[in-house]
Amino acid sequence: MKSCLIVDDSKVIRMVAKKILEDLEFQTVEAADGQQALDACKEVMPDAVLLDWNMPVMSGIEYLRALRVLPGGDAPIVVFCTTENDIEHIQEAIEAGANEYIMKPFDSEIIQAKFTQVGLL
Amino acid sequence: MPSGYFDFIRDFLKEHSGLVVTPDKMYLLETRLNPLARKLGYSSIDEMIGVLQNNPNDPIGIDVSEAMNTHESLFFRDNAPFELFKTTLLPELLKRRADKRKFRVWCAACSSGQEPYSLAMVLDELSGKLGGWRPEIVATDISKSVLQRAANGLYSQFEVQRGLPVQLLVKYFTQKDENWRLNDNIRNMITFREFNLLDDPKVLGTFDIIMCRNVLIYFDIATKSRVLGSISRVLADDGVLFLGSAESTMGLTEEFWPVKAGRGVYKHTNGPASIAEP
Repeated sequence: MKSCLIVDDSKVIRMVAKKILEDLEFQTVEAADGQQALDACKEVMPDAVLLDWNMPVMSGIEYLRALRVLPGGDAPIVVFCTTENDIEHIQEAIEAGANEYIMKPFDSEIIQAKFTQVGLL
Repeated sequence: MPSGYFDFIRDFLKEHSGLVVTPDKMYLLETRLNPLARKLGYSSIDEMIGVLQNNPNDPIGIDVSEAMNTHESLFFRDNAPFELFKTTLLPELLKRRADKRKFRVWCAACSSGQEPYSLAMVLDELSGKLGGWRPEIVATDISKSVLQRAANGLYSQFEVQRGLPVQLLVKYFTQKDENWRLNDNIRNMITFREFNLLDDPKVLGTFDIIMCRNVLIYFDIATKSRVLGSISRVLADDGVLFLGSAESTMGLTEEFWPVKAGRGVYKHTNGPASIAEP
């Protein structure tokens, strides 16, 4: 079973994502900000990360940059999932090492399609 | 659903999206429109369609068309045909058509354009190999309004997240408010033409690759046979026909023979080795 770290400061979004990902047979771990996510990755690297952008303490993009320089931090497939939907943000995310990018609002079909594209499904 | 509603929605869809819905496909209406009716707060499909009957320009019409077309509107739908194109068909064409430096692809019933544009993006990605070549992609649909939409190349945020890798979104699209528009270099690679599959495709010329995926399901058996017969007459001797991965020519025509390269991939029954068989 593949694991997915869900990083979002909204509990509701985490719940929705968790339900969708569990239906896709992922084992899920949750984090409410970038720092928590980074700490979780230092413990165990997940196979995938579903990542919000704007969060308190540490943003998604800061977390991603920090993740990619950790030992083994290039392995997780990172999929942004954010309301930031302009091309500048998307480009910045790709340059920081994001594998895919979901513009909110999202649904199970989009998550499934994107996860399939990056080879997680 | 009362048959009056069925007739109305059938005509409405045909006019708005070129989608032909036969009575035996009524279940499709129900499975697609029930969730939409609920989402929009109607107690039934009948109530929702009633609104549309009173005013065909009601925005519900757009939702109804999209709900019925949802499954025809993915970029890189099924992916396998595009992979086969990259790995096998294109290298074979580069060898076999080296004298003319030209090949032609027909996307029959292209709907809102995702299929031809996906191919165009693949070609652009491989443009390094295509110096001096003139690939031509002809995309046809029965519906003028759908073709207009396709030619505009303007897609909603929801649509560009269906099947399209984000790297290609960034590379080939420009953001326009809430929507995304394909860049001119990709749009200019496609020739869009109004065409009814029941007519003789000879007016379009001949093709090396024909994509007619998940279209025949909307026709009756006699029409399917007739359309496949016409298609076989405009496919190059070593050309390849793509049907939907779950579609088959079995019992419809003897003109086509399945190719091992993939599901829904066909060649001329009595033709030479196709470009899917290097």
